[in-house]
Amino acid sequence: MDTLLMDGLAQATEQQSAADPWRGFAPGVWRRSVDVRDFIQRNLTPYEGDAGFVAGPTARTTALFAKVTDLLKQERAAKGGVLDADTEVFASITSHAAGYIDRELEVIVGLQTDKPLKRAIMPFGGWRMVKTGLEAYGYTPSPKLEEIFPVLRKTHNDGVFDVYTPEMLRCRKSGVITGLPDAYGRGRIIGDYRRLALYGADFLIKDKKAQLASLEVSRIDEDVLRLREEISEQIRALKELVEMAASYGFDVKRPAATGREAVQWTYLAYLAAVKEANGAAMSLGRVSSFLDIYIERDLRDGVITEAEAQEMIDHFVMKLRLVRFLRTPEYDQLFSGDPTWVTECLGGMGLDGRTLVSKTNFRMLQTLHNLGPAPEPNLTVLWSEKLPDGFKRFCADTSIKTCSVQYESDDLMRGYWGDDYGIACCVSAMRIGKQMQFFGARANLAKTLMYAINGGKDEVSGEQIAPAYAPITGDVLDYDEVMARFEPMMEWLAKVYMNALNAIHYMHDKYMYERMEMALHDRDILRTMACGIAGLSVVADSLSAIKHAKVKVIRDANGLATDFEIEGDYPAFGNNDARVDDIAVWAVERFMTALRKQKPYRNAMPTQSVLTITSNVVYGKKTGNTPDGRKAGQPFAPGANPMHGRDKKGAIASMASVAKLPYAHAQDGISYTFTIVPGALGRTEDERVSNLVGMLDGYAAQGGHHINVNVFDRETLLHAMDHPELYPQLTIRVSGYAVNFIKLTREQQLDVISRTFHDKH
Amino acid sequence: MTPPLPQARPGSVSGWIHSVETGGTVDGPGIRYVLFMSGCPLRCLYCHNPDTQHMHDGTRTTSAEVLDDIALYATFLQRAHGGLTLSGGEPLVQPEFTAAVLRGAKALGLHTALDTSGFLGNHADDHLLEDVDLVLLDIKAFSEKTYRHLTGVPLRPTLEFAERLAGLNKRIWLRYVLVPNLTDDAAEIDRLAEFVAGLGVVDRVDVLPFHKMGEHKWKALGRKYMLTDTEPPSRELVERVRKQFQAQGLRAD
Repeated sequence: MDTLLMDGLAQATEQQSAADPWRGFAPGVWRRSVDVRDFIQRNLTPYEGDAGFVAGPTARTTALFAKVTDLLKQERAAKGGVLDADTEVFASITSHAAGYIDRELEVIVGLQTDKPLKRAIMPFGGWRMVKTGLEAYGYTPSPKLEEIFPVLRKTHNDGVFDVYTPEMLRCRKSGVITGLPDAYGRGRIIGDYRRLALYGADFLIKDKKAQLASLEVSRIDEDVLRLREEISEQIRALKELVEMAASYGFDVKRPAATGREAVQWTYLAYLAAVKEANGAAMSLGRVSSFLDIYIERDLRDGVITEAEAQEMIDHFVMKLRLVRFLRTPEYDQLFSGDPTWVTECLGGMGLDGRTLVSKTNFRMLQTLHNLGPAPEPNLTVLWSEKLPDGFKRFCADTSIKTCSVQYESDDLMRGYWGDDYGIACCVSAMRIGKQMQFFGARANLAKTLMYAINGGKDEVSGEQIAPAYAPITGDVLDYDEVMARFEPMMEWLAKVYMNALNAIHYMHDKYMYERMEMALHDRDILRTMACGIAGLSVVADSLSAIKHAKVKVIRDANGLATDFEIEGDYPAFGNNDARVDDIAVWAVERFMTALRKQKPYRNAMPTQSVLTITSNVVYGKKTGNTPDGRKAGQPFAPGANPMHGRDKKGAIASMASVAKLPYAHAQDGISYTFTIVPGALGRTEDERVSNLVGMLDGYAAQGGHHINVNVFDRETLLHAMDHPELYPQLTIRVSGYAVNFIKLTREQQLDVISRTFHDKH
Repeated sequence: MTPPLPQARPGSVSGWIHSVETGGTVDGPGIRYVLFMSGCPLRCLYCHNPDTQHMHDGTRTTSAEVLDDIALYATFLQRAHGGLTLSGGEPLVQPEFTAAVLRGAKALGLHTALDTSGFLGNHADDHLLEDVDLVLLDIKAFSEKTYRHLTGVPLRPTLEFAERLAGLNKRIWLRYVLVPNLTDDAAEIDRLAEFVAGLGVVDRVDVLPFHKMGEHKWKALGRKYMLTDTEPPSRELVERVRKQFQAQGLRAD
């Protein structure tokens, strides 16, 4: 696209922009310094009503969505699910000319590359990853690119492997630590994309220059130098964002002046980020109530109708559904279904007790009705018992119909993170523009227990991975003896894990700095070192079996404990039984205590999550038989879920067990996936909605953090496995995000189907 | 979590239970803690919990123990506008145990529902019924002949119990399992609907389409399942029966 000739669309924009962009907004600190929260607090119109006002799709939306649907169909049919990929140009904010789906129809414009669903080359994470990615899908990178990497330019991946210790490599290979972002972008950073709309780039650049000036200090040490370099990069990114926006005919140097501009500006800022950073999770933040202020002003002024307001949001969401990254098939094994985690937060309460629910929260949910269910954007409702009833019911109704919504307790998080936080990826809360995390994937706690039993030897390979602590030699596992071995093993794991993460994030900052996202942050931010654990319920059940039943050890020829025989019953996690739930709570606290002893890179605050995404399958595959009776290779339960089929007392007991896990010691989030068949949620549609609202209220009141809600029949999934073509939009929630069911591997599909369905009638 | 109040547990009455389902949503309003008790005098052909028929096949427990567990969910159940449902089996096989659990649940501030066939209605004295907010009453058929064929026991005690509940102004949800060729006789259903409407205390009627989800349990118990060849009712049939109840001014959706 080489012309900037004004079409009708851009012309209208030009005329409206003559008006003062801040006209009619209540003044406050936000006018003088970057403070989006203050702007929202002073200008938001909370909405306490029901969904009666929302509009269906416009003819333009339907026509555009038909094109998008067709593109997605072509993409699914293409090799490896990749429709097109660049082979010539490295991606940057300005690397590609403007791209369109259908210029006549698009109300909100902008694509990552010059064509929809064409994946860009983002090489700074690791060149090998890009090259294998391209080759796996039948593309050959241009030879001139091969000359650059790694000869002329080192990548994040090269850097990390220069410094990894042999011990870290062993842990990585055995799978006691897995999914580390050492060859791909760490993500989990949310730029405050709203800032571009509210202030325009000129204001933000001025602010960044002032930050740079504030670092003309007497002692210029390594920390100051790094930050000065980073801020200079941020300013450059903002300038490139201006240039990229201009290629679409928009002047984002100035603030957005209308609702449509506010949506467009916000999207362009986000687009700039996803044009050059392929983070594992590229979350959007909490934009819809912010945008509501602009949309309400336009509605008040009579310049748009409700149908047009909905149209803007529908078109925005269509764009978010098209965000793609080039990844390898191995990566997809871990994080299945090509997720991008464009997480957007809705709802929540203000610190002053007012709700932050706005009509645009409804409009955002309405996209799932207008455009059908979809995994992205990852719509996340910040749930509070105090949310208006009309909103609660619309959320529940949308969940039941689409399975595309997740819930996280605002009542729990507000105390930690205030009332302007967003969720990165699945469950990680962070104050927007004021906080980021160093993503740390997760450690396999179940394998660690096996190392404790086997004196640091891997139960699958027999190799010595951890230090050769004394193994357990008795024929029956003794609880106290196992615990005495498990604790030092956790301490060891925490040390090697934290050190590996330090290596990764040091190199990531150095070689793959997220300049666009960080340009939309304050100068001084809180960084968390987000560790994680997998296999919690396996560990809790194993220790419970050892304590409450009799677990005999079966050893192989080399004396390695490779199997177990359980005599008697033991209480399993997921039945609200203190005898085992207390063990799970202990494990979370104990590992966090070990992590807190470590020194994270860049003075980050150590946190952990109980979250696996879809990697519970891979973790299970790499872990041998465990003392709870789980067989080698069987998947772990996802996130903090009880093991499949062991929660026998129904949904509320299962939720109660999970809700006991202490958020204070898992501030990066505790993920729970709940699946229920429609009939078990109530007899009528109205009852199902009321009951789901009741469950969410009850779960939040108990202190539960996160819950994915799936309402469907096992039969539907079995049918979809055999007839994927009939279910292009079948969306299910897995640990922390949603996926297209038909994009999962067969193994993962079977795992989902084997999970506990609450189906008592 | 609200700890159970000491006075919420009147002594300890022992009893037999089959299982617990904490997330029930179809056995009374809101989210229910459903306690399935063991023991039932009926032998319904379509019984989907045949493993609850014999009391001593269950687990022996006490009302105090049961209430300790229920107390763990009291907050949740209240927030979810639910409560406790006693089901089975037939709760009135063990009236003292049932009464003690109901008493304790009321002391915890919970809504209570009693799921019963009504056959043992005379086991429920007025004190027990005082602690019941809602009765989920199964009237499985309306002619003596059909009822006896289906359940193995007479119909009359159930109807007498229904009338007694009406006299006490106790709220009822009627449950009617619709089985093709067994309980689908239009004339019989019309008479039932008329009777039920006449009670004046029935807030809703649940027409439950017959299903065979319990069939495997019969096999597991080594017993012959008589309805193997019976299919679930068609949508049209279910709709027709609902309309028959609606025609009497009853809520049936």
